[in-house]
Amino acid sequence: MNKYTSLLGAEQRSKTMYHPKEQILNILTYILLLIVAVCATVLLCDLSSQRDGFFYSKKDSAVLDLSISHTQEVLLRPDTEHRGQNVNCTFWDCLNIYKCEHDTLKVYIYPLQEFVDEKTDKVASTLSSEYFQILEAVHKSRYYTSNPNEACLFLPSLDLLNQDVFDKHLAGPALASLNFWDRGENHLIFNMLPGSAPNYNSILDVNIDNAIVLGGGFDSWTYRPGFDVSIPVWSPLVHQTNLLPIHAAAHRKYLLVSAQLNLLPQNLRTLTDLTAKNTEQILMLGLCDNKDLKSRCTLAKPNQKRLEYPRVLGRGKFCFLGRSLRVGQPDLVEIMSQGCIPVIAIDNYVLPFEDVIDWSLTAVRVRESELHSVMRKLEAISNVKVVEMQKQVQWLYSNYFKDLKTMTITALEILESRIFPLLARSSRQWNVVNKNSHSTFNPLFLTSLAPKSQGFTAVILTYDRVESLFLLIQKLAVVPSLQSILVIWNNQKKMPPHLSTFPTISKPLKIIQTRENKLSNRFYPYPEIETEAILTIDDDIIMLTSDELDFGYEVWREFPDHIVGFPSRIHVWDNATMRWHYESEWTNQISMVLTGAAFHHKYWSHMYTYAMPGDIKHWVDDHMNCEDIAMNFLVANITNNPPIKVTPRKKFKCPECTNTEMLSADLNHMRERSACIDRFSKIYGRMPLRTVEFRADPVLFRDNFPDKLKRYNDIGSL
Amino acid sequence: MQAKKRYILVFVSCAFLAYCYFGGYRLKVAPHRPRRAQHESAKDGGVQPYAQLPSFMGYEQRQPLSNESAVATATAATAVSGKRKPPVAGCRMETCFDFTKCYDQFLVYVYPPEPLNSLGAAPPSSPNYQKILTAIQESRYHTSDPAAACLFVLGIDTLDRDSLSEDYVRNVPSRLARLPHWNNGRNHIIFNLYSGTWPDYAEHSLGFDAGEAILAKASMSVLQMRHGFDVSIPLFHKQFPLRAGATGSVQSNNFPANKKYLLAFKGKRYVHGIGSETRNSLFHLHNGRDMVMVTTCKHGKSWRELQDNRCDEDNREYDRYDYGTLLQNSTFCLVPRGRRLGSFRFLEALQAGCIPVLLSNAWVLPFESKIDWKQAAIWADERLLLQVPDIVRSISAERIFALRQQTQVLWERYFGSIEKIVFTTFEIIRERLPDYPVRSSLVWNSAPGALLTLPTFADSSRFMPFLLNAMGVEPRHNYTAVIYVQIGAALGPNAALYKLVRTITKSQFVDRILILWAADRPLPLKKRWPPTYHIPLHVIALGGSSRGAAASPTGQTGPEARPSISQRFLPYEEIQTDAVLSLDEDAILNTDELDFAYTVWRDFPERIVGYPARAHFWDDSKNAWGYTSKWTNYYSIVLTGAAFYHRYYNYLYTNWLSLLLLKTVQQSSNCEDILMNLLVSHVTRKPPIKVTQRKGYKDHETARSPWNDPDHFIQRQSCLNTFAAVFGYMPLIRSNLRMDPMLYRDPVSNLRKKYRQIELVGS
Repeated sequence: MNKYTSLLGAEQRSKTMYHPKEQILNILTYILLLIVAVCATVLLCDLSSQRDGFFYSKKDSAVLDLSISHTQEVLLRPDTEHRGQNVNCTFWDCLNIYKCEHDTLKVYIYPLQEFVDEKTDKVASTLSSEYFQILEAVHKSRYYTSNPNEACLFLPSLDLLNQDVFDKHLAGPALASLNFWDRGENHLIFNMLPGSAPNYNSILDVNIDNAIVLGGGFDSWTYRPGFDVSIPVWSPLVHQTNLLPIHAAAHRKYLLVSAQLNLLPQNLRTLTDLTAKNTEQILMLGLCDNKDLKSRCTLAKPNQKRLEYPRVLGRGKFCFLGRSLRVGQPDLVEIMSQGCIPVIAIDNYVLPFEDVIDWSLTAVRVRESELHSVMRKLEAISNVKVVEMQKQVQWLYSNYFKDLKTMTITALEILESRIFPLLARSSRQWNVVNKNSHSTFNPLFLTSLAPKSQGFTAVILTYDRVESLFLLIQKLAVVPSLQSILVIWNNQKKMPPHLSTFPTISKPLKIIQTRENKLSNRFYPYPEIETEAILTIDDDIIMLTSDELDFGYEVWREFPDHIVGFPSRIHVWDNATMRWHYESEWTNQISMVLTGAAFHHKYWSHMYTYAMPGDIKHWVDDHMNCEDIAMNFLVANITNNPPIKVTPRKKFKCPECTNTEMLSADLNHMRERSACIDRFSKIYGRMPLRTVEFRADPVLFRDNFPDKLKRYNDIGSL
Repeated sequence: MQAKKRYILVFVSCAFLAYCYFGGYRLKVAPHRPRRAQHESAKDGGVQPYAQLPSFMGYEQRQPLSNESAVATATAATAVSGKRKPPVAGCRMETCFDFTKCYDQFLVYVYPPEPLNSLGAAPPSSPNYQKILTAIQESRYHTSDPAAACLFVLGIDTLDRDSLSEDYVRNVPSRLARLPHWNNGRNHIIFNLYSGTWPDYAEHSLGFDAGEAILAKASMSVLQMRHGFDVSIPLFHKQFPLRAGATGSVQSNNFPANKKYLLAFKGKRYVHGIGSETRNSLFHLHNGRDMVMVTTCKHGKSWRELQDNRCDEDNREYDRYDYGTLLQNSTFCLVPRGRRLGSFRFLEALQAGCIPVLLSNAWVLPFESKIDWKQAAIWADERLLLQVPDIVRSISAERIFALRQQTQVLWERYFGSIEKIVFTTFEIIRERLPDYPVRSSLVWNSAPGALLTLPTFADSSRFMPFLLNAMGVEPRHNYTAVIYVQIGAALGPNAALYKLVRTITKSQFVDRILILWAADRPLPLKKRWPPTYHIPLHVIALGGSSRGAAASPTGQTGPEARPSISQRFLPYEEIQTDAVLSLDEDAILNTDELDFAYTVWRDFPERIVGYPARAHFWDDSKNAWGYTSKWTNYYSIVLTGAAFYHRYYNYLYTNWLSLLLLKTVQQSSNCEDILMNLLVSHVTRKPPIKVTQRKGYKDHETARSPWNDPDHFIQRQSCLNTFAAVFGYMPLIRSNLRMDPMLYRDPVSNLRKKYRQIELVGS
């Protein structure tokens, strides 16, 4: 301080003298300024160092930057004691579930770090392009979190994909040095090539404690079911070929192609012997002289042919994958990329994603000791099965294997389904069999008959035809299987008649007044409907007899997933206009049963209201038409089942019945209905309706038999 | 410096310091943002940032194995064959199972019961183990020849290995040592329900060394189970039925299912000791409204001494609810672990259609390798007990609907009886055999399930009648007519048989005609048959001829054996179409009837679709099933004298039905059509379909046929009762409807009708 004062003093002497009091004040001010300046410099320095730390070490940072050029070095002491994984780990005791109490799976990625040995300067592992892609896939996925405190799983950025490349003595300490390691709890280790010479363990020889291994080389001894995830070994060769179309089935000249280079000698011998016997059927390939992995050569020495790999795998129906030193081989992904069916002769190999993928649909497994009979086994497979498997291979490949990103996300999804079992997909959803547009899943798959005692609920949609409504209610009330009646009053301008004016009946009756005059009100799954079966009926359908309705319900009980009803229609393809055409003629065929008088399961009402594809529901409400066609489409599309018409045709009072005054209106109506069919079939992408030539009648219908012995005799009057 | 200036200066400095102190942290982040954005835009520019990095794998990992590495190869190979692991703990099919015994057939040998001991007492065996053995011995898996067997089942009861239990069998090791084929357990299967005892209930303590035997064990944990080797089975109680058993109790398929309770549990709790924590804390979830969790500590002799201060209150609440009522009226049922991981409760909930909520960490669910329990159960975690209410509340009504239906499918197909549980265990092991085709998870997890889907029939579900709609395909076109000639009446040129052949020839869907000649008369000459033009006609002589014997896999051609009437259902190679039209020689049908029935069958390929119908009924006075051919308002049988069905049922009839049933048919030379109906209804749980026909057929049975014989009728009645007994229940289901052509007997011109003949020649 003295120094400063003297300095200031010198300055002051060269200038005008001030009052001493003022001088002191001045000095104080300057001191203050100086302090401010020092503070500012310190702050700046601090800031810049902070910023450096931000880019280069990323410790506890808010944002992760996967930039390769900025990797921090960490010094390590090599691990002398050798410990492996905890073989007794299960999901239930090695995974800390309390870290995963959020709604979704969150994965934290450690910043990129380079782990270097203190003494020798050896690097634990260098980052490979594949591992970078895995990190990037996680980083860009919905699972990523930058906050280690909310993370459920932790992904080290240390590349452990190939044990030949990383230093197994340094990898353990490197993992242990991670901030949140905690004996590997909730940590993910990606590894594709475990073990090294000479014994090639099927699990990586690194102390990973309780970490979860997402491994490409598990056999059933090292795989901890429900804890580890088996992943494929990625092949760098696949990347380039993904763009080319795969060979068509016609080009698959060979039954079996074997192009794996590193087969065990005894397997190689067996295959070579087989090839000698079946030269037409087996294509056996080996390495070319230039040692390029992207081409394979035939074994015949003099006229060796060079073939492009892995494209050549597309020449076979089946492709061979055998045991090598390591259990998992990149050939599997290459085989699948070419749409070839893998023939796997590796005992106890835990196939990729085996937890969720049903490999029996995709691959053929042969026991190693029965390799010699592989051809017999392949020849026995029917062509239909081969086509199914080929489709399945392509589907699996494009959904779970096609690149590292897809593979990584699939692996995380499997982990997610374990930690949040509610979100898990069922095996049906993982292995959608035969994805042609017609395959379906019928949500009403319980095969037993519906209970007779329950009866049905009649849902009457009405607007203002009170007289006809009352008549209908009276007729319905005497049907023995009727449980209750629900009147949907769709008229907002008028109040429904008071309940006391309704006909007195012995069954419960409820009236629901709707807020809007919409056709979809007819299919709303009202909580008042307590039965499985719903009879939707128009207020003017008073011509059905009690026996007919009772029998209709009986038929529905036998076909509870179908629409079962009375008025029927047919759709036909008009070759002239190239459109679908709607018909109400009396024909030998039907494909729709109108919901003016039809039974259906309440579940379909739910589906109609909440799960109708496209904008069909709105469109129908806007146009006040075609709700019955929409219902027929919906059920046919989900179940592939035709509707069932009950009892002979009647004269229904219906808009399209011939009526000379209304002829033009009718034509218009029919045109509109035809347009509906056209429109819906476009939305569904197919025509789901099925045409049938039968209807259901009572067993003794019109038989020469006394009527009073028939259970249903008042049936079929016009 | 002027005062004013100075004050401003001081103020500015102070302000700056204040800013640095309070707001300076903003500087830390702010300058970073533009740089990051720049970086990302560079990435988008096309050059992948990882392009410069090396690949994780190179040529070395894929090169052919040179001689030098062949040494390493050898070591690797030995490591694989089990050197690395203790051989038993690490058992896998490849290391602990002899596949060579199973090349031809999958047969199971049951050791004979042990001889009486010195005191003359029979060796102890619990009723449940007896049932297991009976199920095997009466099944098609059974062989009495140990040399032909693939699997061996002990005669020693190993179900209960709790040494405090009364069913505990002593000295098992020495008993095992006496077995002639034991061979350290290789190819043996050991059934076990309980292991370990108080206080630790150790899962692996069976009281003997199972060696290389496959364990079919209840309450297995992930750690103890040898993956891909052992089979986890469900725990079943002492009264569990041998066959068939009760069907699932879900009678209605309401949506949404408005049950009174959302989640229920009623059971014992253990105040302390292994597995007690979970049940002890259940009372936290009890709210008495939609969540009912009632426990009691009142069990065992010394509960008074062990009770804690909640016991009295718990017991009071416990008595307010009935277990059965809770099962029926709850959407979800909690299945927590007890002392062991599994409990009876699991099957009880499954049967009741009460969706199990599992609270038993590390438990391997029954048949987990094949059954996708995600479609029928909900997992909770013992560690996150308090989340259970949120979990069950978050499940949508659609999901509940599907889950509940699936509980019934699984219960009926795999768990309803001891027989089903044992057979499922065998089928799981069988699918591991190298030459046995593997059924897909879709087949395993949908009706009719794996036990009724024989994969040796065809390798694709395309050829089976069950999953066609799910796969979005239709049955393959056309049908094969199979005419069974038994009576062989004198064949004039106008004989009914020739007429029938002519009628079939006119059908537009017929693929070929097969005549099975079982009559004693000699075959008519080839030229006597009416011309069939392009439709191939095969005549197969059954009975004495070598053909019939060769085609009969059931081996009914002993010296005294007469040809069984079941031969009409053999899966003949000549039948290439999915549809089979089975006919008796005297069937009177016209072409329209055939064509119409075929079009109906195409929409219901899993059922029998045909003409003559019969009904069964329960005769209370005789306390037996009755059979009637009278005109009734319902039917449950469609006779195979004129019916379409799927080719697969021929295969199932011949290769799946219990030999006991086939023997009944053979001895009576009758009832094969009833048996076929029972089989199809057992598979589909649906009635057959009758289509309309002109009246007269077989309803007044003609004089020459055995149908007039009253004995014949009584025989059929007794067949029906025998069959129901062997099936364990009555599979037949009644139907009230008949399928008619769309315009059948409608008041429109006959010319507009497609199937005119059905009406023209009416009765």
